[in-house]
Amino acid sequence: MRAAAIPAPAWPAMPPGVIAVLFPLGLLALWSVSARFGWFPPQILPSPTEVGTALLDLARNGDLARNSGISLLRVVEGFTAGSFLGLLLGIAMGLSPKTEDYVKPLFTAFAQVPTLGWIPFLMLLVGIGEPLKILVIAKAAFVPVTLNTLAGIRAVPSIYVEVGALFRFSRWQLLRKVVLPAAIPPIFTGLRYGLTHAWNALVAVELLASAEGLGYLLVWGRQMFWLDTMMGAMVIIGIVGFTFDRIMAVIESRLQRWRLA
Amino acid sequence: MKRALRGTVLPILLLAAWESASHAHLVDPRILPPLELVAHTAVYQVTDEGLLRNLAASLLRDMAGFTLGTLAGIAIGTILGLSRIADRLFMPSFNGLRQIAILAWVPLISIWFGVGEAAKIVFIMAAALIPVVLNTYEGMRGASTQLVEVARTLTFTRWQLVTRLYLPSALPSIATGVHLALIYAWVANVGSEYFMTIGPGIGGLIIAGRERFQMDLVMLGILILGLVGFLINRGASAIEARLLRWRPV
Repeated sequence: MRAAAIPAPAWPAMPPGVIAVLFPLGLLALWSVSARFGWFPPQILPSPTEVGTALLDLARNGDLARNSGISLLRVVEGFTAGSFLGLLLGIAMGLSPKTEDYVKPLFTAFAQVPTLGWIPFLMLLVGIGEPLKILVIAKAAFVPVTLNTLAGIRAVPSIYVEVGALFRFSRWQLLRKVVLPAAIPPIFTGLRYGLTHAWNALVAVELLASAEGLGYLLVWGRQMFWLDTMMGAMVIIGIVGFTFDRIMAVIESRLQRWRLA
Repeated sequence: MKRALRGTVLPILLLAAWESASHAHLVDPRILPPLELVAHTAVYQVTDEGLLRNLAASLLRDMAGFTLGTLAGIAIGTILGLSRIADRLFMPSFNGLRQIAILAWVPLISIWFGVGEAAKIVFIMAAALIPVVLNTYEGMRGASTQLVEVARTLTFTRWQLVTRLYLPSALPSIATGVHLALIYAWVANVGSEYFMTIGPGIGGLIIAGRERFQMDLVMLGILILGLVGFLINRGASAIEARLLRWRPV
């Protein structure tokens, strides 16, 4: 809902969905015209049809499925490892302020260096094989998951814990039945950020050191000056990233539902 | 005080383990150079290799891209936030484009703008632009309806409405966007140094260290990267808090 706006001239009654595609369609038309009249050489701006054909070719010869599969697998492995460790550390720090005192400064220093900075370091340490990719992606997911888990546990209202104490819950019961369920929505927000970071890290590490995967398709297209392949790969990277985020957003809003206002 | 002491335990243990492992040759010293070597490299880099010049080059580029991206972002965000037509026309496309991981733009930008400083600045600008647009947009749309009604009663012109009402009320949100933009721009700056020509800069230093298998150089670079990021973040928080003092909490 629009809370406040400068009065705009009445817009013809068109559904927002239709208006939303006007701009991309116009851009596409301009792009086609420019390709048609050769305003830009195709090494700078290939025609939309060429991009479409390149995508279809990639899909047909199996390159697309193979490279996407490799990228997805890397993200799933790295994200699972990173977010698992992040959950453990976040819960440990959330439940025990002492642990937080010991670990948090080191963690903060570690998190302060962007994932991109750790890549060359890890390259020297573990080489440029599969472990590098998993480590980089895991690091990217680990940081936001840890921080949000910690914040989520700390934000559990103390009345919940007091009620639990009233029922003479053991520590374990308190954790299982009170603290964790109450902290799940913020923890999930952390997982959602983690997945986004993991996907970005995947693109980074595949651009820097990989011979397969979606990021590598970009590098390959760049080296061959195949802009159509490059743009196709960008579209796929965007769609996968978007799909990941949508899925997480849907689960997130479900989890928020039961919360007290 | 006790808490601060606890925090130093793990880092000291880590450094001690590192130092002894390196000296006892438990690990290849090329992989884990002793601390004094890293310190020595740092001094040598400053005195003989122009580390400060590299740092200045990185920061200058970062600031250029950040400033351009922020200004453009505020302008775009204002238009999208205030004009229903612009919102409907462009916002879905903008939201679509920003789904593409920012680094995936690097190859395309390097073909369109070359691999020199200009291309790097364009890339940093794009990274800074996105959070500023989103937060400016949100801030504009969050302006209080009551205030707008008052302004109407006072027959504000459209320009007055924007400069006296919408911009001030969107300021906290814009500040959040600018703060994010500072962080993103610094990361994008490193990315641009990795992927485009290796010129002067901290990212270039790290890549050079990797290519020459000089772990001490890589570690030094990482240290500077983290430190600069930390200082930028701290500085931004301080400025933000000061600028927004007037805001009723």
